[in-house]
Amino acid sequence: MDLNDDPQQAEFRTQVRAWLDEHKAEAPIVMGEGQIEDEHERIEQWRGWQRKLAEAGLCGVTWPEEYGGQGKGPIEQVIVNQELSRAQVPGALDFIGLGMMGPAIIVHGTDEQKRRYLGPMLHGDEVCCQLFSEPAAGSDLAGVTARAVEQEDGSFKISGQKVWTTNAQFSAFGVLLARTDADVPKHKGLTMFIVPMDAPGITIRGLRQISGEAEFNEVFLDEVHVPADAVLGQVGGGWGTALTVLMFERLSIGTTSIGYSAERFAAGVKSAPGAAEDPEVRQRLGHIGTEMIASRFAGHRLLSDLAGGKLPGPEFGLGKVTVVKSAIDAGDLIADVLGPDALDEHSEWGYMISFLPGLKSAGGTEEILRNTIGERVLGLPPEPRSDKGVPFSELKAREKEEVA
Amino acid sequence: MDLSLTDEQEFLREAARGALKRVDTVAAAREALEDETKRPDLWKTIVEAGWTGLLTSEAGGGAELGLYDAMLVAQEAGRVLAPVPLVSTLPAATVLDAAGDEASEAVASGETRIAWLPAAPPTDQEPRWTADPKGGILRAELPKATVDGGTATLSGAVHWVPDAAQAEQLLVTADGPDGPVAVLVDASASGVSVEGLWRYDATRPLGHVTLDGAQGRVVAADELALRRAWHVAQGLLAAEAVGTVDALLPVAIAYAKERHTFGRAIGSYQALKHQLVEVLRLLENAKSLLIYAAWAHENAPDELSLATAAARSGAEHALDVATRVQISVHGGIGATWEHDAPLFFRRAQLQRRLLGGAGGATDRVAGELLGGVVPA
Repeated sequence: MDLNDDPQQAEFRTQVRAWLDEHKAEAPIVMGEGQIEDEHERIEQWRGWQRKLAEAGLCGVTWPEEYGGQGKGPIEQVIVNQELSRAQVPGALDFIGLGMMGPAIIVHGTDEQKRRYLGPMLHGDEVCCQLFSEPAAGSDLAGVTARAVEQEDGSFKISGQKVWTTNAQFSAFGVLLARTDADVPKHKGLTMFIVPMDAPGITIRGLRQISGEAEFNEVFLDEVHVPADAVLGQVGGGWGTALTVLMFERLSIGTTSIGYSAERFAAGVKSAPGAAEDPEVRQRLGHIGTEMIASRFAGHRLLSDLAGGKLPGPEFGLGKVTVVKSAIDAGDLIADVLGPDALDEHSEWGYMISFLPGLKSAGGTEEILRNTIGERVLGLPPEPRSDKGVPFSELKAREKEEVA
Repeated sequence: MDLSLTDEQEFLREAARGALKRVDTVAAAREALEDETKRPDLWKTIVEAGWTGLLTSEAGGGAELGLYDAMLVAQEAGRVLAPVPLVSTLPAATVLDAAGDEASEAVASGETRIAWLPAAPPTDQEPRWTADPKGGILRAELPKATVDGGTATLSGAVHWVPDAAQAEQLLVTADGPDGPVAVLVDASASGVSVEGLWRYDATRPLGHVTLDGAQGRVVAADELALRRAWHVAQGLLAAEAVGTVDALLPVAIAYAKERHTFGRAIGSYQALKHQLVEVLRLLENAKSLLIYAAWAHENAPDELSLATAAARSGAEHALDVATRVQISVHGGIGATWEHDAPLFFRRAQLQRRLLGGAGGATDRVAGELLGGVVPA
């Protein structure tokens, strides 16, 4: 039972730490107190920071060397994440590109696509966003209705609406899931595209959340014209490409800390006079702390598995359920003991309290996650489904009929 | 980072599973509810398997294994509701071993059957060492000791002591002139009375111990060793609970696949599926906490109190939920003696109230975090 690095990992950690010690003063403040207020200025400085990280070999840690990566494993990625957090500096601006879209292009892209996109993505020159979810297709992602219609010359025209698009407002490209064939069952008629975000017909609109901030966007596509070589993977093979992205998403979430911890919540409770002595407060804090510590050691177990060559399965989604649940309970407890000031937008807790209800559904709702784990991990029978084997167009017609 | 089981640990687990198969302990748990003579005594099994000396150093006559190894055995005991007296024996053995006491070898080998009288170290809110009360929510005082050279005279009582009536010797933590003191007392000595009893769960023999001028020998254990004994006991109870939940879940899943209502398997309904996934979530969390407890025991003494309290709190919560879900998945029959579910429910109900209780462990987690302990 060893929580320590092996000699190779320890050496890598030393290198990373040494570089960060030397350069951390150059990092911009992109969140919380002292944050660069002007968004454009903030993004440009963050972009510059990503370039420095990339040149130091701290971006694309798991990418193959031929695409500018370091060719290392997930453990090394975690070491970089841990050291970034220890140095209290931000990671790469384009965590979605580096963690999910880049790896998917590496798996499914053509040589030309890899040459074209990976280098600029790694260095922060071109940010990449994820155009998957739609207003009516989230957990049931294969139900997307954005249509890509093939033209006579083999190019495509894409129309539809995407939502929850982080970073869209400053992305150069988006990886987009669209329906190319509505007359086959829904998982089969999908195709993945790489779309330039400045193409005519694209409109981006910020989506304000509970906190008042707009971290996500809505993206509207009106007859957006893309060439035939914009297809990532195969026409009709979009679902397979999407599953690759979702696998990298799990890995990315499982190895990144979101900054909540038992000790931080305890400090929040302690700052309220009398709270630390109250038996009921202590019971609530004890349960929250227990779950937060459990999730920390679940993370250690995940790393041990990864080191042993196992990839994260759907059960690692339970770690997210635990953290979100405990953090919601913690926000509630802290607001109870601190009073309304905890809800102030400048308080340490106001943003967290506003952020968490939405996080519960991020990356698929908790309910669907529990279905997936129940079926894939526990082997329970699936919910009866009326969409299996039914052409997508017929499915939609049925829905309309039912509503009417 | 490597948290996988070693070959030796896999072997230990398999050996424990094998040794506990010799008696149908679940059937015994049911029979013993009606007939006290049917309570199996697995003392011989644990002595033959060498479990009494699991945590004792080689110099003290033991196997010098880690807490995780002992927890593997405890999990196996929990799986089959086996009345294996680990939680009474091992804490006593660790105290004697830490003190380099002459009795260590006989306890580690199982020649002497010993019971440790649970004594809880102070918390940020409770400055005294305390014992469980006979009833009510106020912690009880430890027995008082007057010390004359190597001999202590004890007066007081300790309630709900696991395996007290079966033991030949008792290891008492008493309130001495200079703080807590460990005293080894013969169960048959004058001034000692032990009332053996069972409550609700026939798999866990208990006793009320009364000391009225009883004399015993002072064990040269420091306060740290006495604290560690409590934390080890918390870790072992947590491991038993994890084993029990681990055994329950597959039974519920199998039934949820096989039983049909309204034309489909009940496990296909989200209402049940989500409850079973919740049991899995709590079980996996508790397993992670066992790893933390065992890791802290060997590597981070300052975190041992937090880690073992968190393990106990998390595991008891998992056990509480799992035993209730077990009953609801099986429907009405799950609440009857036709099924094993009530035996597991009884186990959970009793054990979460012993040794400071699940609530006490949860409170200790809060206290340690508020005191600034940062988990690894």
